[in-house]
This record gives sequence, structure tokens and C-alpha cells, in this order.
Amino acid sequence: MEALWLSLRLAACVAAILLAIGMPVAYWLAYSTWRGKFLLESIVALPLVLPPTVLGFYALVAMGPRGPLGKLWIALFGHGLAFTFTGLIIASVFYSFPFAVQPLIASFEGVDPRLLDASAVLGAGALRTFWRVILPLSLPGVVTAAVLSFAHTLGEFGVVLMVGGNLAGVTRTVSIDIYDYVQSLEYGAANRMALLLLVISFAVLSVVYAVNRRVWTPWAAK
Amino acid sequence: MGGEVNGTMLTAQIRKQRHGPGAAPFALDVSIEVPPGITILFGGSGAGKSTLLDCIAGLARPDEGRILVGGDVLFDSVRAIHIPAPKRRIAYVFQTLALFPHLSAEENVAYGLLNLPQEQRRERVGEILTVFRVEKLRKQRPGEISGGEKQRIALARSLVTEPRVLLLDEPLTGLDAELKAAIVDDLRAWNTAKAMPILYVTHNRDEVDALGERVIALDNGRVVSAGAPMEVLNAPRRKKLAQAAGFENLLHATVLDLREADGVMRVKLGESACEIEVPLGYAAAGSRVQVAVRAGDILLATERPHGLSARNVMEGRILSLEHRGAMVIARVDCGVTFVAHITPGAARALELTAGRRVWLVLKTHSCHLVD
Repeated sequence: MEALWLSLRLAACVAAILLAIGMPVAYWLAYSTWRGKFLLESIVALPLVLPPTVLGFYALVAMGPRGPLGKLWIALFGHGLAFTFTGLIIASVFYSFPFAVQPLIASFEGVDPRLLDASAVLGAGALRTFWRVILPLSLPGVVTAAVLSFAHTLGEFGVVLMVGGNLAGVTRTVSIDIYDYVQSLEYGAANRMALLLLVISFAVLSVVYAVNRRVWTPWAAK
Repeated sequence: MGGEVNGTMLTAQIRKQRHGPGAAPFALDVSIEVPPGITILFGGSGAGKSTLLDCIAGLARPDEGRILVGGDVLFDSVRAIHIPAPKRRIAYVFQTLALFPHLSAEENVAYGLLNLPQEQRRERVGEILTVFRVEKLRKQRPGEISGGEKQRIALARSLVTEPRVLLLDEPLTGLDAELKAAIVDDLRAWNTAKAMPILYVTHNRDEVDALGERVIALDNGRVVSAGAPMEVLNAPRRKKLAQAAGFENLLHATVLDLREADGVMRVKLGESACEIEVPLGYAAAGSRVQVAVRAGDILLATERPHGLSARNVMEGRILSLEHRGAMVIARVDCGVTFVAHITPGAARALELTAGRRVWLVLKTHSCHLVD
């Protein structure tokens, strides 16, 4: 159960951080007219196609005591990043980035541009337009982004193994736990954990699809 | 210029190129003056009406030019001035209205007043909802409101901010004439005290007649004429405008004589002996003009009609009948060839066949002058 609690905490932190970082990035990707935009789009989508071990490997190198991120962290806080919960959060943020950003882009782009024009001629600057028009109308996308990055982080394995190792209570997440159980032939325990993860994932995805069918959005056209 | 006697004047000289994949290259090159009151901006689709409004509102940036309201410069390419849209105080009601779907009518109207203290905001919102007769809808969302009432709320939302100029992009399309007139009356009443320049875009000629104090006709990115509605609409216009509006008959004609008192003139069609009466235009007797007539505006009769108000009755012979869907296209030779659209039922009832003798009936104002 310690592993489950750790996984949930990790997933929640990552989802929260990704919403905060993802919104400005998605806003820029949705509305910028810069020609080189596709480069950033590719970078954002990279974790979708990269094996988690590749991402985890580079994250480990960067966070190690000789890596740039590791050195910076040691200078700031006096200890390294690799094999810590914080290190796990940082690596997971990269790993789940597209799962937060892509639904946000899609929903920002789905907002009728004339509504943004209407907001502008009524005196609203970009920030007010974002909070009062874009964000409320993109709520299903925001929920999707949060839920997908949460669920995706919950189920990650390769990156965690590379960056976090397998320290009980610090970096041993559910998926690592299941792997351990299987390795030691404790199939019953592995099954309980796996089933739990399955149920949580199903519940989470149901939320995503319900929101996107606008089951709960009150202003849907009647 | 502006600002001296009553209210302000909007002046705009705008040049803007538009090119891009999929879009035909297009240049807007206009110079307009909009005094207080309603000025109609008239033109077919693709004439550049919306681009012009977007430039005035600050949503699009002209390549060159100047835009002024009264003495205030909103845009000046030479002095590199481009006031952003939120700071222009120009109200703009879009064709789609663009009401915020997640906000109630009241919240929509209050949107432009977010910097005011709440008390004051509530007061002004209540006031304008009453002026536009939608106070009972204050708690409803746009999705729950009918067409005409949405238009009233969109107007209220724009006007509550006390703008200096009002831009209306076909805001009343889809409303019946009575409802439209009622909304325009309320708008006029509002504007008697404010004396604000209002630029009202339409492609509908009936609206021009009903609303216009002044008309600016735009075609292919250029102002083709400006003035009082009668002058502008009856002035010879360029062929492009007529074709864009879908005239199937485009005939060369020679002006015979002008009858100013009746507002008409007689023209001879082509080389034929066929004479018809058309609206008065800027043309001298003997000059050559073109007359555009919609095929759907022509009546067919199998006997010489009597007692009609229509002034043009021409005898002719059917050259061909072509059935196309729910329409029959009749080509009729009256010395010049006319194309007329009739329903299959009418063609059967009149027993129309090729070679049959018929009379064409044409109202004076169904004839449009071109060039």
C-alpha cells in the first residue's frame, strides 16, 4: 500500500505541475503564427514515441552528480536528484508532457476565434481573455489534460526504474511493486495491485470520455 | 474635420493585401468617411467588407493608411501607430454575434465593464437591457435565447461600453423585416443622443433602402460609389458587382431618353428594336450601358398581358426549354435573347414548347444598370 500511496502522490504532483506549465505552452502553440512552431510541437510530442528507457537514461545522466541538473541541484539544496522523489517528479513531468499539452492545444484551438475578437473589442487584454473566455470554454480539455497526465504517470515504469531505482517509500511506485511481486513469484499480491491499477485507470478514462461528451458542461447547445 | 459641430467622424484610408494558400490574392484599397448616424457599407461577398471592419476595429493591421476617430489617431502607418483593439473603444457586432456561450445575458453585457465597481456595473447593465427590451432574459445563456433577442443582447453588450464608433457586420441577417425594423428603431433611438458613427455592413439591397442615410458601395476591395442610397444604388456600377450578385442576363443597351421626373430612362437593347424602361442612372442619351436582369425576375405569358404595373412587356419566341432539377430554363428570343427561370409546373400549365410565341414581363426595378 505504501507503493500505491507513493504513486498517487507522484501522479497528483505531476498533473498539477503539468497543468501549470502546460497551459502557457499550449496557449503559445495554439495561437502563435511563428513558422518554426512545428519544431516545438515535435519536441512536445517526443515522449510519445521515445522508449521510456531512453528518456529515463538521459534524465538520469542530467540529474547525476556530474549532470547539469544534478550539479545545479546540489549547489542549491546540498543533495543530488537521482533516486529521489523530486527527481522522479521532474522526469515524469517530461515523460507525461504531451498528455497534458496536446488536449490543451486541441481545446484552445476549438474556441471560436470570433469570441476572442469579441473579448478584445470589449477592452479585454490577452490575460483577461484567457481567464474569462478561453479557459472556461476549454474546461473539458483541462480536465482531460489533468486526468491523462495523472493516469499516464500512475502507470509509468521504465522512467521510474531508470531515475528512481527501487527505494521503498521513496521511489518504489505501484508498477515497480508489481514487477517485484512477479519476480518473487507472489502472483496473488501482483494480481491485487494490478487489478487496483486497472480499476483506477478505467475510472479515470471514464471521466475523460464523459467530460468530452459534454455530459456535465451546462452550456452545451440544446 | 470631426469633433466640431455634432459628434465625431470616423475616417479611414486603408490599403491591405491579402494573400495566402487557398485564398485568391485580394487587395483592399479604400478611403471612407463615416459621419455620425448610420452609414451602410454595401457589397457582395468577397468585396472586402469584413476586412475593412477588422482593420478599423484593430483586429487586423493594414499595410498602409490612417484611421482616425475625431482627432484621435488609431492607426498611422507612417508614424507607426497601431492602437491595439482593446484600447480603441470601437464596438463591433459580428455576423455570428459571438456571444460568450458560458455566460448569461447579463454577464455577457457586463463583460466590457469589468473595470467598473460592481454597483455601477449592475446599474448600467440593467439600464441597457431595458433599452433593448431584453431585461427579462438577464439570467439566460445564449443557447436558450431566440435569434432576434440574441441580436439585441449583442447590441447591448457593444453599446454599454459607450464606444466612439459602432461597427455592425450583417448583424440582423435571418430576421424578418418587422423584427429588423424594430431593432433598428431602438438603435436609432439610442444613437440620437450619442451621435456616434455607425457603419452597417450588408449585402441586402432591401436593408439599404430601409436603413440608409448614406451608402458606401464596396466592390472587389474598392469603393465604387458613395452617397445617398438612391444615388449609389442607381448609379451605373461595374459589371463585376452585377455578376457577383448572380444576374443571368447581361445585355448591351443604348440610352434613348431620360425621364428624371419618373426616375426612369428608356433604353434600346442591343441591335434589336426592343425598348425597355430601366431605373435612371448617370448616363446621357445616346450613351451605351449594360443592363443586368435576374432570370428569376422575368415573367412569361402566353397571351399579351393587360393591366399590369410592370412597364416592360416584350413579345418573343421560345428558343429552348431546359429542365434542370426543380427549374426550367427558358431561352427566349425578343430580338435579343433572354434567359428566364420558371417552375416545371408553370411550364406544363402554359404548355410551353420551343418555337411558341410568348410575352416577357419585366419590372423597371428588376433591371439593374451596369457600367
